[in-house]
Parts: sequence; C-alpha cells; structure tokens
Amino acid sequence: MPSIVKEENKRLKTSLVDGTRRHLLDVDDFTRDEIDLVSKTSDAMLEVLARDIKKVPTLRGKVIVTLFYEASTRTRVSFEEAGKLLSADVINVSSSGSSVEKGESLLNTVRTLQATGADLVVVRHQHSGAPYFMARNLESMGVINGGDGWHAHPTQALLDVYTMRRHLGPIGGRKIVIVGDILHSRVARSNLWALTTEGANVVLCAPPTLIPQEFLSGQHRVDEHPLSTVEIETNVEMALDGADVVMPLRLQLERQESGLLPTLREYSKMYGITRERLDLASKDALLLHPGPMNEGVEISPDVAHGSQSLIEEQVRNGVAVRMALLYLLVGATKREETKAEIQ
Amino acid sequence: MRETPVFSDKDMDRAVSRIAHEIVERNHGVEGLMLAGIWTRGAPLAHRLAGRILSIEGKEVPVGVLDIGLYRDDIGRSSRPMVHSTEMPEVVDGQKLVLVDDVLFTGRTIRAALDALIDFGRPRQVQLAVLVDRGHRELPIRADYVGKNMPTSTKEEVQVRLLEVDGIDEVVLLREGA
Repeated sequence: MPSIVKEENKRLKTSLVDGTRRHLLDVDDFTRDEIDLVSKTSDAMLEVLARDIKKVPTLRGKVIVTLFYEASTRTRVSFEEAGKLLSADVINVSSSGSSVEKGESLLNTVRTLQATGADLVVVRHQHSGAPYFMARNLESMGVINGGDGWHAHPTQALLDVYTMRRHLGPIGGRKIVIVGDILHSRVARSNLWALTTEGANVVLCAPPTLIPQEFLSGQHRVDEHPLSTVEIETNVEMALDGADVVMPLRLQLERQESGLLPTLREYSKMYGITRERLDLASKDALLLHPGPMNEGVEISPDVAHGSQSLIEEQVRNGVAVRMALLYLLVGATKREETKAEIQ
Repeated sequence: MRETPVFSDKDMDRAVSRIAHEIVERNHGVEGLMLAGIWTRGAPLAHRLAGRILSIEGKEVPVGVLDIGLYRDDIGRSSRPMVHSTEMPEVVDGQKLVLVDDVLFTGRTIRAALDALIDFGRPRQVQLAVLVDRGHRELPIRADYVGKNMPTSTKEEVQVRLLEVDGIDEVVLLREGA
C-alpha cells in the first residue's frame, strides 16, 4: 500500500475512544484501547444489572431496531434487554412478518428504518458483508453487526474476551483453543481478531475439512500477517494440552450432509469436549461456548454444566457488553471521516 | 493557561475538618448518616470526611461512590465520558445522605447524582458538601457545606487536585492567556 494511502487511512480511522466510531461491523480494526474501554464500560453495566432497579435513563428518547434475517435467541434478546435497561425504545423486526416477505430489498428496508427516525440498527443477515452494505448507504443511523454469514460476529467476540478477562485478568500469552467448525464460523473469525489483538496465543483445532485453506496451508505464517501467531492443530488432545480457555463451537448438522464429515458420531468421538479431554487442559481451564449447544456432539453435558463452564455467565456478560456498546455507539460524533470504517 | 493557587494542602485540610464538624453538628451526631462521593474527586473527599468524622465522634460512617456517567443530560451532545461502577455499601432507604463533590458549578452533576441516588432507594434526606463553590448555577441547587466560596468568571476554570488522584493537594484557578 503506498504510504500516502496509509496516512489517509490513519487520518480517517474511527475509534470508540474518541467517540468517532458510529458503526460496529467487525473487531478486525479494533485497537487494544478500544477493547479496554468496552471491558471497563461493561464492568459499570454489570453493576447496573446487579441492582434491584436495573434501569438507567442514559439512552432515553433513542430508538434501536433489531433487524434479524436469521434465527437468534441470545443475541436478539440480549440486545433488546440491553437497550431497554438503558431506557432506549427497542423495536424488533424479523424477516417473517415484515415487508421482507413481500420481497422488499435490504436497502429499502433499512432506508425505511432510517426514515422512521431510528438511531441504530442491529442486523443479523445470512450474507457476509450485508451490514457493511447497509452502513455505506445510511446517513444518520448507526449499524451494529449481530452476525453476518460466515464473516463476523463482533459482539460475541467482545463478550468472550470480556468473560475471559474477568477470570484471567489480561489474556496476553494465554493459550486459547477454539475447537470445531472454524470454516463456517463467524464467531471464530471475530474471536481470532479480538484475541490476537489482546496478544493471546490462539490455537484452532478441527478436522482439515473444517479449517480455512489459508490457515491449513500456512499462508498466514508470514511476519506482516496480522494473524501470523495463530496455530493450527488437527489433533484435539495435542491442542488442549495446557490450554487456559477451551471454546468448542456448535457443529451444524448440515455439515454432515454436505460431505465435510463422515458422521456426527465420528466427529463427536474425535473432537467432542469431554471430561477426560478437558482434564488435558490446565487445571481450572475455562470452558466457553457461544451457543446454541448441541450437547453430546461438540460438548458433553457434564462439562457443559460443570464447574469450569462459563456458558451462562457469557450470556449475562453479553447483556452488559451490549449495553456498553450501545452506550458508546449511540450518538457518536457524526463526521465525514467515518466513511473509512465502512470500506 | 495561567495558574493561580487558591488553596494549599493546609487550607484544604482545614476546610475538610470544618465541613466534618458542620456535618456532625447539623445532624446531631452520625446516627443514620452516610456519605456518597461523586466519581472522581468526590470519592476520596468523602473518605477524608469519614476519617475526620471518625476522629471527632469515634464512629464509622459508611461511604459510597456514585458514578453519574449514565445519568448525564448531555449524552450525544458531547463526547462520551468513561463510566465507572457505582458502589453503595448499605441500603440508602431512610438514611441521611451527604453527597460529596469537589467543585459545584452549573449544578448539572448534582442533578444527575440525585437521579442516580434515587435509583438505589429513598433516603430520608440528601445534603450536599463541596470543597469549592464557584457559582454560575444553571439549576436551582445549593450546597449545605462549602469549603470555599470562590466567585469566578465563566472563562476561568477551577481545578481541585487531590493526593489520591493527582499526587498533590491544592486548588488552582486557571485563566486563558499568559
């Protein structure tokens, strides 16, 4: 990249720290300071969640729309709860029951939402890049990516990092093992960016058919690559050795039909996180799962509900982190330069 | 910016002492009394007052910390302040609660603090203690205990610096220009 372009990008860089970031599309451009700010703000939000009266007037008069083109429990409900606890008005739109069913385009749907005066939209879409497309075409409304295709799920990554930090302190140098369908996982992709920014040692573990080709062929192992420290291990026992955090991913049942796996049972036998396997990790290793779980496939029920499991805490922290993000994003300074973040 | 010292560490110490005595006097002791410092500099001031009250009355007064970030009335108008956790050590219902802050200016911080406080319960009475009252109120709010009344111009800035936060105890007046 010619240096003049680099300089230009630096000038256009938006940040939560100075209130210039209006959209949350992914965490690939997040700095450590921004992750820090989200974590510290989330601490204050957790305190609000622990009160008898858990409501503060912060976003009174702001309108937040959740626009979900794909099924979701956790993300949608926690955004709705987060918005309501901050006193924003939250409107839920799903593809069924709205004009989307009549064939309205994504662009027209979001322009309509903007025209109604909404301040922020949280979108989940089956196509990677849909939130970027929306952000490019909106003037006054902010966009939070609530999961797009296989591409990104930034709020999940931020809540995972927050959960780890609450238990481990700084996570730089910690060994974090993500096990499962990396290839199709937006959770894994966003976590890779957030965790490497925090300086963690990330190990991806899966059958070769479920690991992205760039990683499998070692193309990322060059110094300038931002993910050059990420390690690949196809043997789960080797991967888990000494791990500080273990994060199995949901194995989608369709993967078997598409021929990427022989059978679910075989996957479970080779890669499922069981008591015995978790014991290979460091003592008191943390167990996270982005949900929803297929118990008995990628995770056995006894560890999913065992003492090392933080799965329910992740959901609670998810509300706090989303409150923090709404607080930091709604009403951010509008400026021309924010165009840089949507390129 | 030109800096004029207003309060030395000794002056500050005397002011805190006097306010502690006034609080005890006005409330006829410390029964049912609680202090709540407003983040940032109100918090160490509240702890100092509690320490002084302990040496006068020989009784501990609970101290809380209030962060008003989530209750501000200028969200979306100015950059977002960092929010911190609020900690209230005891139930505030029925207590006589003294809010503590460093500088009283427009009164908007205190307005927000009252809102924050009321989310924790219904105190019997709320009083206000500040180290410096610099005037220019925009809301009908006044302090019950004042360390120093300091008439200022709106072009000036009053800065309270505390050992716990800034490494030094002093109050200075900042003016534009050389």
